[in-house]
Amino acid sequence: MISSAIIPQPLAKLPWSLIFLVMGIATIGIMTLFSAAGGSMSPWAMKQAITILAFLTLAVGMSWTSEATIKQVAFPIYGAVLLMLIVVEAVGFVGKGAQRWIDLGFIRLQPSEFMKPGIVLVLARFYELLPAGDIRSWRAIWPAAALIGVPVGLIILQPDLGTALMISFIGVTVMFVAGVPLRVFLIPGTALAVAIPVVYEFLHGYQRKRIDIFLNPETDPLGAGYHITQSKIAIGSGGIFGKGYLNGSQSHLDYLPEGHTDFVFATMVEEWGLFGGALLILAFAFVIRWGMRVAANGKTRFAQLTAAGLSATIFFYVAINLMMVMGLAPVVGVPLPLVSFGGSAVMTIMLCLGILMALERQQRTTSRLI
Amino acid sequence: MKIENARRFTSVHQSLTFSRRMAIAAGAQTAVGALLIGRLGWLSVAENQRYQLLSESNRVQLIPVPPRRGWIVDRNGKPIAINRSSFRVDIIPQQLTDAEKVVAELAALMQLPPDEVERIGRELKESRGFQTVSVADNVPYDQYAAITVRLPDLPGIAATRGFTRYYPAGSAVGQLVGYVGVANAKEYEKEDKNPLLLVPGVKIGKEGLEKTLEQRLRGQPGGQRVEVTARGKLVKELDPKPDRSGHTVQLTIDSDLHTYAARRIGDQSGSIVVLDVHSGDVLAMPSMPSFDPNNFSDGISSNEWKMLSEDDHLPLVDKVLEGLYPSGSTIKPLMALALLKAGVDPSRKVVCNRAYPLGNHVFHCDARHGPVNMEEAVVRSCDIYFYDTCRRVGVQAFAPLIKEMGFGEKFELPFDFQRFGTVPDPEWMKRRYHRDWQTYDTINMSIGQGNVLINPLQLAVAAARVASGRRVMPRIMPGTQPNFAMLDVSPKDLEFVRQAMGGVVQNGTAAASKLPLENVQMAGKTGTAQVRRITMAERYGGGVIANESLAWRMRDHSLFMGFAPVENPRYAAAAIIEHGGFGAQVAAPLVRDTLLFLFDKQKALASLQAYEESIGGPPAVREVRKTAAWRASRGLPPLPETSA
Repeated sequence: MISSAIIPQPLAKLPWSLIFLVMGIATIGIMTLFSAAGGSMSPWAMKQAITILAFLTLAVGMSWTSEATIKQVAFPIYGAVLLMLIVVEAVGFVGKGAQRWIDLGFIRLQPSEFMKPGIVLVLARFYELLPAGDIRSWRAIWPAAALIGVPVGLIILQPDLGTALMISFIGVTVMFVAGVPLRVFLIPGTALAVAIPVVYEFLHGYQRKRIDIFLNPETDPLGAGYHITQSKIAIGSGGIFGKGYLNGSQSHLDYLPEGHTDFVFATMVEEWGLFGGALLILAFAFVIRWGMRVAANGKTRFAQLTAAGLSATIFFYVAINLMMVMGLAPVVGVPLPLVSFGGSAVMTIMLCLGILMALERQQRTTSRLI
Repeated sequence: MKIENARRFTSVHQSLTFSRRMAIAAGAQTAVGALLIGRLGWLSVAENQRYQLLSESNRVQLIPVPPRRGWIVDRNGKPIAINRSSFRVDIIPQQLTDAEKVVAELAALMQLPPDEVERIGRELKESRGFQTVSVADNVPYDQYAAITVRLPDLPGIAATRGFTRYYPAGSAVGQLVGYVGVANAKEYEKEDKNPLLLVPGVKIGKEGLEKTLEQRLRGQPGGQRVEVTARGKLVKELDPKPDRSGHTVQLTIDSDLHTYAARRIGDQSGSIVVLDVHSGDVLAMPSMPSFDPNNFSDGISSNEWKMLSEDDHLPLVDKVLEGLYPSGSTIKPLMALALLKAGVDPSRKVVCNRAYPLGNHVFHCDARHGPVNMEEAVVRSCDIYFYDTCRRVGVQAFAPLIKEMGFGEKFELPFDFQRFGTVPDPEWMKRRYHRDWQTYDTINMSIGQGNVLINPLQLAVAAARVASGRRVMPRIMPGTQPNFAMLDVSPKDLEFVRQAMGGVVQNGTAAASKLPLENVQMAGKTGTAQVRRITMAERYGGGVIANESLAWRMRDHSLFMGFAPVENPRYAAAAIIEHGGFGAQVAAPLVRDTLLFLFDKQKALASLQAYEESIGGPPAVREVRKTAAWRASRGLPPLPETSA
């Protein structure tokens, strides 16, 4: 918020610190895409700039939406997205192939992307409607589990393990902050930790090999471990200050696969080094902290849970992508929001930010009234 | 928790729980953020060096630049094998846009024959990554220039200057140095897939010294460091690493003498070896007929190959080391030495009346020599003397010395294939034929027939050992003056044998082969090795059929071993001409002229000229005639006239 006599009120009331942060991250992304294309605005950088600008405008526009409206559309949106997921599944079944999107001609809609904010809204709405006393009961758990489980199941069928995992994580986070008893998380969590080594013993050879390669990608540098190996080489060879802008050999010489999408962080760090990488991580941390503040300052339970869930969405995007790129998580195909080339992730993040900005605006206006 | 459980959960509690859970979530997020930055720091700081190395090895590839092959020079530094700069044209498949059009244009420009075009097409299909496809080696300059100016229109074509192996002496050194060629799959596997062998223009030794000295001659490949993409596309060239050319290898060979001897052999099938008796240096060892290694170094046509492999004079066999022959009478000086050592009185006489009966078999001599002593037996090459005397002393008395003189001995020489023959003795006979030694074996061995098999180098070494009285070991690469052990014979006996060998040339079987010099004379011993059994009908009927009237393959081998000068010997030589007839007739004059070259070049060259005139001109002329005749006999069109 900027207070000035010259700038008109509606503009001055925008959350400028967030917008600057987002634009800063987007700028780093666009510069990296420019470099990844060998120093050219096409094919990625220009398109990405336009996409981000368009969706940022949309997000800012969304910030005037009232909380009541958001509340009202929570269930309908969830239902609509679920329907689209079923349609995609059906089309994919007919077309006998993996299908993730609905082609509308001018745009390809990937319904699983909408499900990320969708699951947050629907769970927030659900826990808002749930009487406070029921939170420790079974009634607080199974509807939420079903709301998460059905879309996750559909997405796994696509198959898109990365998105399914993310939606599960986001949903579980909302359940967690909503106050569902700890044992609901701890018992399955412990069970999973115990089960993994046992399950590993029962896995098939090739399945086990995939896990082995994740744990030690160097064992298969040309096969399945290629992505992680090359990504680590790109990041590691950058050093503290990087090889210099437009000088990343790993990405320019095509050793780094997906250097403009999922592995864009490696492209960036190769040229900007630890310094640039840490800067980007901090920028994301500030964006997430901003969202978490909105959650903490939420006046209604819906606002609190929604803001927390949407912040978690951004967090999981960034965390899963970076862990994957740096060899801490298996390659599951989660892009780095605002940096990786591609409209879907930008759209999702901007939807999240738009809702967050709407909630934040209402906190300010209501707080002023009090 | 327990307290909360007991009470009713209100919205106040809910708010408190939310704040607490938010704190936990924020804490967890911060922890993950810290983990990510920590990981980033670990990768880019702690592991930086390792990953930088990996990144660099990704980025930079080394295209080996073939090292220049080391020279082979003779004892005076005169080149035997050198590199001539040449032009070559290659195709880089990666840069090709329209392979068919480019190849067609090249074929028109360079007048490539259709089977070459077919080969290029096939190799283009098989080539992968950086492996270039050779269009032609040794491209004439005007074609090279024609391609160079059209390079912009011929994407993917590289016209470069390279080096071709060149042997100034041509076929005279074919058997000695071997030849070079492109490595085949087997050789590539054998060198653990050395990438250098795949580089166009890289040739490795295939035969002879080029092969056995390969590692010394090859040198260190240089490298053009290039930046390449993951798909192998060249991005830019970086600073090159210069190649280190191979070592020059000096031989003990005297190139002029070697070439002279090779020419002096003429069209005959045979070889001659000349040794320095003090150092064991091999001064010449031509084997003729031979092949021209220059033809091999840029690929040989199937007709050329056919002509070589079908020749009954075996141009592809190094007769010096791989040819095995009965020693014939050349064993007699060594036998005389052995008999003296066994205590035989040299003045003892044996009467030769042309026949020597043993049991129900009669051994013959080629003349009726009458009563002969040891010296006369060597000088006039009387077989009966040796039959009788050797029989009396027994095989065990002379076989060891024959071996000590070099027969059947294997020498440490850098040639990949040597055959070293046999000196039979009772133990060998048991091992090889599972029978006892018989008296007739002694008789056969006494004149170098039977199972005695030697190669020309061994014969030359025997001559050198007689001449020097030391265990001379031949060597092909110069070194410090060796100190050979003395032979286990008395100097007096050696002197006797040397005098007898002098007598052979002075007034014996090789009297026609005296050196035409005032103060230097050679000593030697002729030999004629039978390759067929002389029939009784010949011996008692119309007489032994003369060699000239026999088919070439049935004629005797002609041998001669000797040294010069008689007093204080310096050089030793031995020659074996396959199916050449009498030793005195062919091998002795050959050795005479060759040794003459060492003492008086003018006279030797005059003698060579006379000889070559008698057989139809210098080698090049004869070669052209021979090729033309061969092609005509197979209905092949004559070769086009070469401008050179």
